[in-house]
Amino acid sequence: MGEHWPGRLHVVTGKGGTGKTTVAGALALALAANGRRTLLVEVEGRQGIAPLFGGPPLPYREIKVATAPGRGEVRALAVDPEEALLEYLDMFYKLGLAGRALQKLGAIDFATTIAPGLRDVLLTGKVKEATTRTENGKRVYDAVILDAPPTGRIGRFLNVTAETARLAKVGPIKTQSDGVTAVLRSPITSVHLVTLLEEMPVQETADAIGELRELGLPIGKIIVNSTRPELLVGAKVTGPSLRKGLTTAGLATDKATVAGLTAEAKQYLARRNAEDELREDLTQLDRPVVELPFLPQGVDRDGLATLAGILSE
Amino acid sequence: MTAADHILQVDSILADPGVRIVVCCGSGGVGKTTTAAALALRAAEEHGRRTVVLTIDPARRLAQSLGLTELSNTPRQVKGAHASNGGELHAMMLDMKRTFDEVVLTHTDAKRAAEIFANPFYQAMSSTFSGTQEYMAMEKLGQLHAKDEWDLIVVDTPPSRSALDFLDAPQRLSRFLDGRMLRMLMAPARGGRSMFSLVTASFGVFSKAVTKILGGQLLSDLSGFVAGLDSTFGGFRERAERTYRILQAPETAFLVVAVPEPDAIREAAFFADRLARDRMPLAGLVLNRTHVIAAPELSADDALAAAVALDQAGDATPTADVLRIHAALTQQVVRETEVTARFTAEHPDVAMVLVPAQPADVHDIDGLRDVGLAFAG
Repeated sequence: MGEHWPGRLHVVTGKGGTGKTTVAGALALALAANGRRTLLVEVEGRQGIAPLFGGPPLPYREIKVATAPGRGEVRALAVDPEEALLEYLDMFYKLGLAGRALQKLGAIDFATTIAPGLRDVLLTGKVKEATTRTENGKRVYDAVILDAPPTGRIGRFLNVTAETARLAKVGPIKTQSDGVTAVLRSPITSVHLVTLLEEMPVQETADAIGELRELGLPIGKIIVNSTRPELLVGAKVTGPSLRKGLTTAGLATDKATVAGLTAEAKQYLARRNAEDELREDLTQLDRPVVELPFLPQGVDRDGLATLAGILSE
Repeated sequence: MTAADHILQVDSILADPGVRIVVCCGSGGVGKTTTAAALALRAAEEHGRRTVVLTIDPARRLAQSLGLTELSNTPRQVKGAHASNGGELHAMMLDMKRTFDEVVLTHTDAKRAAEIFANPFYQAMSSTFSGTQEYMAMEKLGQLHAKDEWDLIVVDTPPSRSALDFLDAPQRLSRFLDGRMLRMLMAPARGGRSMFSLVTASFGVFSKAVTKILGGQLLSDLSGFVAGLDSTFGGFRERAERTYRILQAPETAFLVVAVPEPDAIREAAFFADRLARDRMPLAGLVLNRTHVIAAPELSADDALAAAVALDQAGDATPTADVLRIHAALTQQVVRETEVTARFTAEHPDVAMVLVPAQPADVHDIDGLRDVGLAFAG
């Protein structure tokens, strides 16, 4: 397991709609196998993790959402930037009740809104804290998996120093963001990109890899989600052969059925040709590629376990 | 999948001279931009309307097919559109920073504008503020609408973190720029007049904390930024509210775009509720990437069982694979239907149109025209 997924902080990004939350969930489950403990974190207030594990919306607290094979455990956390700022202020300035009053006034929302870099530093800062946290000299989490913002925003999100440096040249925020950056650029971190075999997600994956490379952020794997089984390899579908096979199987061979099945097969092949080209594009990106199958019944708990199993292979 | 009386009549919306704005919204990755472009093309070609499509972040090849090679703040005519009856298609790609700069320039003199442009807060906000793109899209829409040059404006909305951002951002930004909170932050002592002492005290602490965390330079930059904007135009809120009212008017039609996946459908439901709450005119749901079974008589189970039997019998024809393809497609359609039914159960009054999945990605005018066929009434 360890050699497949080096590092302890796994940042999972991808274009919207590629299933990055699902993949992040499956990875959290996979890395929790054999009695380990992982933390799955979301930062965009979408509450995407809770439905994945079939639970109620997550609070700003680390709670157990799943058990992994061999007494492993997945915990999850929805980081809220306001709460993170309050926590931060409380830690350093003992704001207490006054902080709550500020929140009621909207001041915290305001402060995290005026400076997007500040917001991201608070979010990534919380992730860093969880990744490096120890209790009784032992690491609390064997791995932290971040369901990160989509590819379009990932560079800016992870490049916290540059963003905050525009606003704060010195001071605790600067120190904080430098600390976060040190972790993000170290081998502890691995940024994985989730894609589909569709044109735009593949293009965005390529763009994001270019951007992350330039920023010096460690790139992990490309995870191709929802792939379909390879069928009809080298085969040619003709009316007579199909009719013959259907007869052997004892199925109807009426015109509508044969024409319908032929049309479906044709569409499948057209799609697969396009997919094969995109697969080739992905190999050009020079990163390990992992493929996860499309699950026709949707991703329920069993489905998530199936995906986790494949990620562990 | 839907009752006949709940099929969204897209063509009658596009043809209606009373409809001047169509807004496409929905979560990321559902084909909003393609839908917006296909709607605009159809409005121009089939309904003879002088149409402009405002796109936010189109795929490169789709943008090229519309003749958009760079961000542009003025619409350009799309050459490949063959419109009769006086219809025209124009397209533009939102340049967020330039739109913001223009707003500043129209409201202030050059010297003050230069000061504002040089301020690090302005630079951060005009290029990265989490609501700026949404706000500028609305600003641009307001401008296009005010010019009264267009029969129809089709708007693609930014790929927001959540569906709510798009409606909230203008007010959030205007609330910020109107500066009540900022002035309180800058001058905690003066803010005390109408506030409880705890709050006043908090502000002192807060302001101190902010100074400590961010440093004094930052606060003075912030203060300069707000003073610059505030003295030149305090009317951000008014502008945002005006656009908001245009969106509520019957001349606007909102189309929620989704795909039959749980996440997208959940966001669509969320958005439908939000539009209803804000009394925004929701015309219906465009469900992209739906699949169609071409051989509906054969069930997935029967097809799979037969495929296994054929394999065991050593059948040499490709039939087993064809049956597996059919079974997978059938299972997918069943699942899509279930997911969609959840939306329909919660929103029985929302009309819906299904757009079949295209065999390849759409990146030319012909492809957009094909997508538009799904909108034929």
